[in-house]
Amino acid sequence: MAEHHSSYVPSTGIERWLDARLPIIRLMHDSAVSYPVPRNLNYFWTFGAILMFMLVAQLVTGIVLAMHYTPHVDFAFNSVESIMRDVNYGWLLRYMHANGASMFFIAVYVHIARGMYYGSYKAPREVLWILGVVIFLLMMATAFMGYVLPWGQMSFWGATVITNLFSAVPVVGEAIVTWLWGGYSVDNPTLNRFFSLHYLLPFMIFGVVILHVWALHHVGQNNPAGVEVKNVAKDTMPFTPFATVKDLFAMVVFMIFFAWFVFYQPNFLGHADNYIPADPLKTPAHIVPEWYFLPFYGILRAIPDKLGGVIAMFASIAVLAFLPWLDTSKVKSGRYRPTFRIFFWIFVVVTILLGYTGSQPTDKVVLSLGGRTILDMVGFAQILTVMYFAYFFVALPLLGLFEKPKAVPASIADSVLGDSAAAHK
Amino acid sequence: MADQSMSEPNRRDFLLLATGAAGAVAAGGAVWPLISQMMPDASTIAAGAPVEVDLAPIGEGKAITLKWRGKPIFVRHRTKAEIESSRKEDSLITIDPEADSKRVKSFEGKAQDQWIVVYGSCTHLGCVPTSFAGDFGGWYCPCHGSHYDNAGRIRRGPAPKNLFIPDYAFLSGSKIRIG
Amino acid sequence: MTIASRSLIAALAIAGLATAGSSALAAGGNEHPPAQKWTFSGPFGTYDRAQLQRGFKVYKEVCAACHGLEKVSFRNLAEAGGPGFTAGQVKTLAADYKIKDGPNESGDMFERPGRPSDRFPRPFANDEAAKASNNGAVPPDFSVIAKARTYERGFPMWAIDIVTQYQEQGVDYITGLMTGYVAPPAGVKVEDGLHWNTYFPGNKIAMANPLIGLFDDSGKASDPGFYTDGTPVTREQVARDISAFLMWAAEPKLEERKQIGAKVMLWLILLAGLLYFTKKRIWSRLEGAH
Repeated sequence: MAEHHSSYVPSTGIERWLDARLPIIRLMHDSAVSYPVPRNLNYFWTFGAILMFMLVAQLVTGIVLAMHYTPHVDFAFNSVESIMRDVNYGWLLRYMHANGASMFFIAVYVHIARGMYYGSYKAPREVLWILGVVIFLLMMATAFMGYVLPWGQMSFWGATVITNLFSAVPVVGEAIVTWLWGGYSVDNPTLNRFFSLHYLLPFMIFGVVILHVWALHHVGQNNPAGVEVKNVAKDTMPFTPFATVKDLFAMVVFMIFFAWFVFYQPNFLGHADNYIPADPLKTPAHIVPEWYFLPFYGILRAIPDKLGGVIAMFASIAVLAFLPWLDTSKVKSGRYRPTFRIFFWIFVVVTILLGYTGSQPTDKVVLSLGGRTILDMVGFAQILTVMYFAYFFVALPLLGLFEKPKAVPASIADSVLGDSAAAHK
Repeated sequence: MADQSMSEPNRRDFLLLATGAAGAVAAGGAVWPLISQMMPDASTIAAGAPVEVDLAPIGEGKAITLKWRGKPIFVRHRTKAEIESSRKEDSLITIDPEADSKRVKSFEGKAQDQWIVVYGSCTHLGCVPTSFAGDFGGWYCPCHGSHYDNAGRIRRGPAPKNLFIPDYAFLSGSKIRIG
Repeated sequence: MTIASRSLIAALAIAGLATAGSSALAAGGNEHPPAQKWTFSGPFGTYDRAQLQRGFKVYKEVCAACHGLEKVSFRNLAEAGGPGFTAGQVKTLAADYKIKDGPNESGDMFERPGRPSDRFPRPFANDEAAKASNNGAVPPDFSVIAKARTYERGFPMWAIDIVTQYQEQGVDYITGLMTGYVAPPAGVKVEDGLHWNTYFPGNKIAMANPLIGLFDDSGKASDPGFYTDGTPVTREQVARDISAFLMWAAEPKLEERKQIGAKVMLWLILLAGLLYFTKKRIWSRLEGAH
């Protein structure tokens, strides 16, 4: 925190010498050891550390995979297969990386939902939140380009469909798409540049993560009570060992979940069609993006207009950046906002259902009565899309005006003691 | 800050130690695949399996270069005169003294003096020497001027060692297996 | 935490019910192939070596005429976690294949006997040649076919699959396909060059029943000694054997993966337990904590 004074005391001569020239140990001490953390954080707050772990895991496995992968349309599929068959532990590294992407998104969705539930985007954490949205966007771009690299059928047709989104841009759309492709279709130049960018973007993510953590440490963590730290001695505890050991425990539990997929269900989250080499002359019967894009894909397909669909899809992500100003309530935490809580969980269900619509054929019947179709998948997605945006543009602004929140605890310490008193009853 | 005094230090120490040890083992286990993946992969190892070379087409005074495990291997069929001149100079070898008879192998007890099989990479810094060149009728490395004789022994120049002899064995009078 | 997690479970349940309801309403489509029992399923699964060897025989004598196995090397057949052929058997087997190599000194390509390090040669020189001899369709390569084929499980089966570790859709489908050649339903016309199959998406498949040569019209094995290990030669048996072999071809490291997985899981659970108690101990130092 801004007012948090450094408690680092160099103990040896070398440390004093270094501290006078490059206070790097002081920086690490202040941000990872003595940094004060609210005492009432629950396990949803461990997802930041889990995400950090996932980012590093993806970077490490990715750098290693790049040592064996060949970004060429004739060799990409085969090089992935030779990683799976011939490279020592290649199957492990590749399955870790492929499933790691999904794990990364699972963790980030929990992290985002936690922020939304406890109002972590509210002042003074707007910039922290917006940096998070930027990371999310970069993650999506990275994941999308990474999925293209094995050069299977889903890689190829996913790349074709998603790059074609830009053709919806008036006047220059076609030119943009040709520029993205480096040709007249998704082909070798596209694969090559996607590989280059897939290697670059994670380092940009890493950079923005540093800003995200910097902003976090400047304003301090939000907490389940949603009240700011008033008395550092009573309300907080030092990051190490308290938060460190809790984060480590949560990380290992998450790793168990991760390992379950890597070792026992490595292809569960993928798509069988991506084991068919890319064929520019044949589209798979049913193109679906990876699961973590499905809600946004559902919104894209809900809008019957090409440009409108693309705008709605990008808007559904961009709107997150405006949350700090769309939510008008003075109370941060959903714990003390009974009506907000209902709307929040409806929003979660709507997003999951949007994902479901994104995974299904558009002409599938959702509801029929006496053989007459009342609702098909597109209609269903349209209702959900309206509900999705209504959460941001109707529910959040109005709730702040009309909702009567419950009493907020006076301090974090009160909230902790209140909780434990309740637990002992 | 909260109270940090410790109770029951012994139990805590053991627990911390056990946790730290288990964590270290896990980290080590995770690092091993990252190191191991850089070793030659299964297809590289399979492609580097021993090869059989038929010597019959290599006439006296001729040499061939073949590629095995990514490196050149020289197989040279020496003439009687070459063998003799090399033998006579055994005592003149100063950089890496080795008798000519130690540079050849035998088949069924009979020395195959006419066959020299060496790695075609200079022991100085790994360039490929030129055959039938240099001041000693063997090989000459154009990179830094190392001269080898017809048994692949270093005679002059910066190279410290004679040309290395790969693992090989005669399967018959006219066939060898390398590796 | 508790409110939040309870609400989360409720939300997931609502979402689940909604998707279940809607998919039930919209059910239909192809028949699901029956689930087979596989030795390699589950967390401790391993391949049945004899079955893989039988499956390889089926591949070699039936499928290989049209379907390649280009990502598999002969040496793989002798590697750990595979069919368990000996290195000597593989050397002999590889030598039976003609591998294109070259160019030689005169600049010509030539054919030589295969070595264990070679990959299975393609049955056709290129896709166009494959098309020309197969009514315009390219028979797919079999290297990863067991992972490239699946069928829709639908909700809630796919969610249950996470717990049961069911992931044999591909092999179940291939087994189904091999046994699914039946007469078309009355009134359905099957065009020339197509064949009716219960489990093929859309039912009309270009490939004729590939096992037809192994059985006579009454379904009896035309060569009861086809399997040298005494296994009865039935359509179902042959179908399962080739499917198991293709699973191995697609996932040759399956055994290694599951074995390492068990160790990793055990260790992570131990580490999580230790960390849990360490955390409790450290946190007990906090005032007002419990």
